[in-house]
Amino acid sequence: MLLYIVRRVAYAIPIALLVSLVCFMLVHIAPGDPIDSIVPPDTPKEAVEQVRREYGLDKPLPVQFAVWLSHVVQGDLGRSIASRRPIAGDLMLASGKTFVLAVTAATIGFSLGVALGSLAAFFQGTWIDRLCVGFAVAGVSVPHYWLGMVMVIIFSVLLAALPAMGAGPSDWVWDWVHIRFLILPAITLSVIPAGLITRTVRGTVIEILNQDFITTLRGKGIRRSGLLLHVVKNAAPTVLAVMGLQFGYLMGGSILVESVFSWPGTGMMLNNAIFRRDIPVIQGATLVLAMFFVLLNLIVDLVQTAIDPRMRRT
Amino acid sequence: MAFRSIAAIGSLVFLLFVSSSQAQTLRVGMTTTDLPTTGGIPDNGSEGGRFAGYTMYDALVNWDFTKVDKSADLTPGLATEWKVDPADPQTWIFTIRQGVKFHDGSVLTADDIIWNFDRHLNDKAPNYDRAQAGSYRNYTSQVDKYWKIDDTHIALHTKVPYSVLPYMISRVFIVSPTQYRKIGNWLDFQANPSGTGPFKVEKINPHVSIDLVRNDDYWDKTRIPKLKKLILMPIPDANTRVAALRSGQVDWIEYPAPDSIPSLKAAGFQVVTKPYPHVWAWQYNTTEKSAFHDKRVRLALNYALDRDGMVELLGGTAKPSIGFYDKESKYFGKPSVIFNYDPEKAKALLKEAGYGPGGKKLDITVQLPTAGSGNMVPLPMGEVVQQNLRDVGVNLTYEVVDWGTMLSSLRQPPGAPNTPHRDGIAHGLPLGDPTNFYNEFTSMAFAPSGSNWSLYKNEKVDELSRKAFETFDPAERDRLIAEAHTIVVDDAAWLFVVHDLNPRALGKNVVGFVQAQSWYQDFTQLTVKD
Repeated sequence: MLLYIVRRVAYAIPIALLVSLVCFMLVHIAPGDPIDSIVPPDTPKEAVEQVRREYGLDKPLPVQFAVWLSHVVQGDLGRSIASRRPIAGDLMLASGKTFVLAVTAATIGFSLGVALGSLAAFFQGTWIDRLCVGFAVAGVSVPHYWLGMVMVIIFSVLLAALPAMGAGPSDWVWDWVHIRFLILPAITLSVIPAGLITRTVRGTVIEILNQDFITTLRGKGIRRSGLLLHVVKNAAPTVLAVMGLQFGYLMGGSILVESVFSWPGTGMMLNNAIFRRDIPVIQGATLVLAMFFVLLNLIVDLVQTAIDPRMRRT
Repeated sequence: MAFRSIAAIGSLVFLLFVSSSQAQTLRVGMTTTDLPTTGGIPDNGSEGGRFAGYTMYDALVNWDFTKVDKSADLTPGLATEWKVDPADPQTWIFTIRQGVKFHDGSVLTADDIIWNFDRHLNDKAPNYDRAQAGSYRNYTSQVDKYWKIDDTHIALHTKVPYSVLPYMISRVFIVSPTQYRKIGNWLDFQANPSGTGPFKVEKINPHVSIDLVRNDDYWDKTRIPKLKKLILMPIPDANTRVAALRSGQVDWIEYPAPDSIPSLKAAGFQVVTKPYPHVWAWQYNTTEKSAFHDKRVRLALNYALDRDGMVELLGGTAKPSIGFYDKESKYFGKPSVIFNYDPEKAKALLKEAGYGPGGKKLDITVQLPTAGSGNMVPLPMGEVVQQNLRDVGVNLTYEVVDWGTMLSSLRQPPGAPNTPHRDGIAHGLPLGDPTNFYNEFTSMAFAPSGSNWSLYKNEKVDELSRKAFETFDPAERDRLIAEAHTIVVDDAAWLFVVHDLNPRALGKNVVGFVQAQSWYQDFTQLTVKD
């Protein structure tokens, strides 16, 4: 087991390298230059070149990548070209904010999804089923961006009940002053996972309910609650895999939702960095996000193994 | 039980409606993607200077916000007066204001000014700001030497006689050496900055807000802020900005989207507009590779444009532009052509140039950004231009790019290696001081060294501009620039579209704001009611 974990963690290294390299190349293929976004447009060329030298952006690309990599290995993600602040610290701050949002959205989305999905499956073919499926389809189809704006119009502008933007006045604390800011973005963000999980849970549970062992169990006269336990145990691995992936997306910080609500998380940080061609920030943020995915997949795999004996490794 | 839950819901609703606003606090939603840098070298363009520059700092020469009926001009800042050395037109002598205190309590000296120029220009000095100085080179590039004359005077020496130096250095904000020495590096200085401005920093919440408080010791007693606090928040999304204003999270937003203005007005918000030095235009590719090499084609497009229609689309937040400068500007001059909406004249001019029915077909490609500082709402504006041009038989294709890409394109003039053919670039830009004219229209400022992407060259314009920069008599300088501008309009050097009117929306509670005709604004005279 330990060996398995070590091996899986080791796999993360080539993944990280590849992600960084692809990201680095993509940023450089795209037109635009970070220097142009920090100097005024009518800055003379000589001054622009001088700034480029000071930022080390005049060196050949492979050299730039090697320099960046050598710093990253030492735990230094470098500094933002735009703000000159160390990226690691800013990324920590932003990840914290995104984590709060992701956990809340996941809690809402996953519980809603599991509840609606199970309901739909147990009442397959009835109006309850159709209602739940309708919600699921709407959830995965509705554009985040639009939903966020509608929520803002209703709850911030018309009712003046909840703030329209931001994450509260200071560092995050779980008190009402801050939670007010969390409600709208978290609900907006939870809609897609809620829809997806509803569909996954429904599909999985229906499949299980049609299996022979359920018929057998029913034949043996098992009570409904007892049946539920068997269904949950069998449905959990599939649902968990989807949840893990979904949580990964949520941690990536929905660029759109964070931008609509000016939520200062990783999505907004990445969005701003892309617009300003802030290469080190894009690189650092992508790397950290990729690592999140690797880590989450590992955790999901381990949890799956723990609850499903069929998947247990030697 | 039921009563209890009703009570709980009731108190919740009560809490929801309690607003956190405080008296005498102005909360502003800026359009910037992040907080402007706060250490005296604000980024994020002119908006950075507006909010993290003149609020917290002074330059030797400041902008005057008191004469709101005309374009803002310079006024003494930390220098009480300045003059050119009669013996040497390249040496400027500045008299340093006495008795000015930095926010940390230290007193401003002539040495401090020299130390500040070291920050920008002397890479041997211990306080040289390696990370940021480059981004302000634009505002210091003409200065090659500077020295202290005595305790109340310093000298700046320019590379060539340069009469607009005071405009140029009006963005060199003076920061406190004492505070810097206490902190030890420029990055941490940003978190605890100290300047001489009317507001001082109380707290900086990275990426969230800059919290400023009134500086009761400000040297200009007429400009001690009436506000207690000024809180600045970046809200890059236009819809989010409007929502933040309407929900009472902020009292003031920059650039509300034009289509939100009628509903803001209906809801009782103040929408203020004022001309300021700005133009939204196309820089034509004037080389032989483009149809715009022919002056008749350039003129034709200027006549084909329905500028009033454009203004209507923009909800009155702009005015028609028939030159680089507005027709009321002292630099406008007396052009012999006045661009009104005249599609027939446009067609005739195009026919004369060999295009249209029976002639060649005119296909052009123009780069258009999706957004960006000063670019207004480029996509719908671009569509209006496209329709107007179709009416006179011009087939316009846009190359739509994001702002960062466009900024890079501006450094690739027509014919530069690896540059696709473009007939123009459409964007909005500042024209705050005479250096902008020089940078856009003279052959001395061909891109990439200057901003003349068009590679527009007119010897008369070159000569007049050069003379203007060497003339130390302001009236004569203005006359020379106006004369050069006259030629630029007659020559239809660009496609002039509109001047932005700098709309901003304010809550009913904001009282006494008078918008200056400037990229910068004064926050000291206004108040916020409960």
